Amino acid sequence: MARRIGAGRGQLLQERLRRFQELPQRIQGSQVWTSIFRPGSIFRKGYTDSPRNRSYVIMNSVLYHLHPVKVKRHAVKVSYTLCLGGLSFFLFIILTVTGIFLMFFYRPTSAQAWNDIKTLQTSVTFGLLVRNMHRWAAHLMVLSVFLHMARVFYHGAYKPPREFNWVIGVILLTLTLLLSFTGYLLPWDQLALWAVTVGTNMMGYTPVFGQQVRFALLGGVEIGTETLLRWYVLHVLMLPFVIVIFMAIHFWRVRKDGGVSGPL
Amino acid sequence: MTEVPEHLLKRAAERRAALSGEKGGDGGGEAPPPDQPGGGEPAQEPAGGGGGPAPARAATATATATAQVTAGAGAAAPVGPAGHTQRLLTVVKAGSIQDVKATPVDKVHVWPHLLVGEFVASLAMTAFLLVFSAFVNAPLLGTANPNLTPNPSKAPWYFLGLQELLTMFHPMVAGVTIPGMGIFGLMFAGYIDKNPSHKPEDRKFAIALFTLFMMFWATLVIVGSFFRGEGFNFIFPWRQGVHEIFDL
Repeated sequence: MARRIGAGRGQLLQERLRRFQELPQRIQGSQVWTSIFRPGSIFRKGYTDSPRNRSYVIMNSVLYHLHPVKVKRHAVKVSYTLCLGGLSFFLFIILTVTGIFLMFFYRPTSAQAWNDIKTLQTSVTFGLLVRNMHRWAAHLMVLSVFLHMARVFYHGAYKPPREFNWVIGVILLTLTLLLSFTGYLLPWDQLALWAVTVGTNMMGYTPVFGQQVRFALLGGVEIGTETLLRWYVLHVLMLPFVIVIFMAIHFWRVRKDGGVSGPL
Repeated sequence: MTEVPEHLLKRAAERRAALSGEKGGDGGGEAPPPDQPGGGEPAQEPAGGGGGPAPARAATATATATAQVTAGAGAAAPVGPAGHTQRLLTVVKAGSIQDVKATPVDKVHVWPHLLVGEFVASLAMTAFLLVFSAFVNAPLLGTANPNLTPNPSKAPWYFLGLQELLTMFHPMVAGVTIPGMGIFGLMFAGYIDKNPSHKPEDRKFAIALFTLFMMFWATLVIVGSFFRGEGFNFIFPWRQGVHEIFDL
């Protein structure tokens, strides 16, 4: 009797083991899974290294919006591009993520801004670290965009058919500088106030409409709490929105114009 | 571009002439191949018995579409002037539907060759940024005070070249004209530079000009950052230190 119960239990265990082993197949055959992953996706049919599967990895993922299936061999050489364009984009992503974190703890009024930053640094977990990362990534992005431009120039990649994408690139450089400059004011410390004062005074010398533009940007004749709100909105919403559009055009044209230029 | 073979052109011209001649004539007697999609002339169904003409289409290697029409019961056989049963509809040039690559390009798969590189680069950047941020704090001076002007007052480092120009030129020239010319000159580089070569040895002037441009700004930024002290007067940083005069 006892032996028979033991045999039954063994069968039950075997049955459960079998069902457990079938689990991956059942999950991958489910409607939820197949609705997420496209036919041909490696998450549906598994991945073994073959030229066809290497193509499928790109073709069946969202990366296909950014990268073609194949690129010129010299284009993947680090010594050719120095990764500068990609790193600029990656720094933009880091800045977005850390910036969203900072937004939770910051109010753009002259009475609260500086105290919020101080509190962020002293009382918020990882607050100081994330603020540091945001600041240094911003400086690095200005630098990497500059260097990317230099790299592109020295390779002659601004020439036809890429001359329009180079124009977009110069616009992106300008937008990067504006993003950095608008962010510069937000800590509302002496450094921020006077750096922006110097910068916007220069802007006021633009002929015809310089003073009007300065007035509109500052929300008055001097930098004050209105300026802080305007530059905050520019910094966290408007300029990122604009730069993302131009980045999309920039990346699209890189592919349409035949990928990375060269070899020399 | 592919040349249209001589005999086809001739045949097409003949057919066109024949058709226009028929149109000018009785009007009802024209019998072009019916049901021909893409056929230039308007096709009329020949008024005939039950079984209409059955068209069969075939594309020849010279990219001429031929329409062979077998006559149905009672319908007039649509034959050309010289007994031809085909006509030239269109000529498709080789480059228009398929891209003929003159030279094969050496290519690699984006996965893994490019993606791995990008992933490593982004990891390295994240690691650098994390470590650097763990050790070096972003500056936070005293709260903003419009009544207390620091000496010197400096713009962010990337604008210090412009601020340096302010010491030499009228503010409009330094703050608007020169940077404006710089930005627009840069923007239209691809339209100004007509030299098609990408090789450095063919582009000595462009490279020299650009290097000069970059060095000009770098020098101005460095001087503005580290060699300007109180009252934006020229100083040597190794005598006074950069703590008081430069902040990021």
